[in-house]
Amino acid sequence: MKAAPVREARVPMGARATGTRGEAARAWSAPAKRLAAQAGPPALLLAAGAAAWEWAVRAFGVPFYILPAPSRIFRVLVDDRGLLAGQAAVTLEEIFLGFAIAFVVGVGLALLICASRVVERAVYPLVIASQTVPVFAIAPLLIVWFGYGLPSKVAMAALIVFFPIVVNTVDGLRAADPDAVNLLLILGASPAQVLWKIRAPGALPFVFSGIRIAVATSVIGAVIGEWVGATQGLGFTMIHANAQLHIDLVFAAIVYLSLMAVGLFLAVSGVEWVALPWRRSAGA
Amino acid sequence: MRRRSAGMTPKLVITDVSKRFPPLGTGRSGAGWLEVLRGVSLSARDREFVTLLGPSGCGKSTLCNIVAGLFPPDRGEVLLDGVPLAASRGRVAYMQQKDLLLPWRRVIDNATLGLEIQGAPRAAAREEARDLLRRFGLERFDLAYPRALSGGMRQRVALVRTLLCRKELLVLDEPFGALDAMTRAAMQGYLRRLQEEFGRTILFITHDVEEAVLLSDRIYVMTARPGRIRAEIPIPLPRPRQPTDGGVVQEKARLLALLHDEMAEAFR
Repeated sequence: MKAAPVREARVPMGARATGTRGEAARAWSAPAKRLAAQAGPPALLLAAGAAAWEWAVRAFGVPFYILPAPSRIFRVLVDDRGLLAGQAAVTLEEIFLGFAIAFVVGVGLALLICASRVVERAVYPLVIASQTVPVFAIAPLLIVWFGYGLPSKVAMAALIVFFPIVVNTVDGLRAADPDAVNLLLILGASPAQVLWKIRAPGALPFVFSGIRIAVATSVIGAVIGEWVGATQGLGFTMIHANAQLHIDLVFAAIVYLSLMAVGLFLAVSGVEWVALPWRRSAGA
Repeated sequence: MRRRSAGMTPKLVITDVSKRFPPLGTGRSGAGWLEVLRGVSLSARDREFVTLLGPSGCGKSTLCNIVAGLFPPDRGEVLLDGVPLAASRGRVAYMQQKDLLLPWRRVIDNATLGLEIQGAPRAAAREEARDLLRRFGLERFDLAYPRALSGGMRQRVALVRTLLCRKELLVLDEPFGALDAMTRAAMQGYLRRLQEEFGRTILFITHDVEEAVLLSDRIYVMTARPGRIRAEIPIPLPRPRQPTDGGVVQEKARLLALLHDEMAEAFR
């Protein structure tokens, strides 16, 4: 991973005199180099941690049903990949559906809050206050209401994701420069034009930061939903494996969940990069 | 440089305009109202360059906002082409010290904002914008985002946007106030050329005496708050004008003396 960008960085050095090809290569290798510089140290630390873990488990003879060694977890990841991938697909579906519902409802509510003073004064304080209700505490109720299947987990993920999306979207819609709004009004813009030409595009970076918080928590929401009552999914697999002292499988599920959250985060960042070209830093 | 002479028809007539603002923070009515404008009357003929010159806080911007239709005056009347403005918007183009470029729009899309709001066809609007951007030395920056531009370039884009609104009256509220002296001189040159080529009526607000003398056909000198018109001074000097021209220096001295008296009165 680390060696490739370094070697590539050397190519343009020699090719600099020949012009465009070297420059193109340099332009491409710059982000790769930056990524290596950013990802390198934490990756090394992680590897060192895993090595220490492996050594400690072997040296002290820790039984696998208490703390399995990384190598054993890796073997489970490979051997049970069919099972794990299947369960991961279930959890991922819950996350996507929950997220989609929360996004549509959340952004819609945020638009309402910003469009109407009455809605803002009546609803927004409740939205903020709802954050004091521990959403996990109502997970058992969701099982009662929506059953053991998909809907209760979707509801759980949606409830958890809802708040950061609403609050960030409202903040974003309010962040418009009042002078810019006035300029549009002076030019004869309608309230709808003010919304779509200034408030909405200006809110997008806020919406994206809300979504980035939301995707990480949506994974938590779906897993908790599965813990409380489910017949499939990674959370269900964990509870099941835990009860049977298959601790290596529990760890494997955790690895999957972590990768899922990281993947979702990166996907959101990618969409943001494509959707908001004006936010890209000058060098990228 | 031949200049189209300013027509005789009054484009903009402001009669006896007054404006007060309620005090901030206190709930009681009546007490502590801030009187910003008191009985301000002025006019601008078609294609005339009229400047409001006054110390900061004299209500210039408030008058600007009234002319722009942002809010109505408490008393008095604003006529544009003989029709009361009465808070109807979309009849003047407006520009202020902040360039107010939208960061998510490329330069060309910022320039066409006014036309877009009027519902003009996009392709034609872009064509027109491209032409104007070229004249303002921005031809290579059509597709750049505003963050890539310097302050002077951003303000030029704002000027193109203002011009592209296709309004006959431009209200420019200290548009070059935030620029350094050299950029400012260049912008004044652009504005002068713009006035010569496009023949718009311009209501220009500034507290810079030299800028006022260099650009204006007529200058209204305002008093400190509450803002009133203290003097009306025609500047019949030939163009182009240089800061070092005898006539310019003379008018500057006259205006400075007037403002000096005014400030002395205000701080007595």
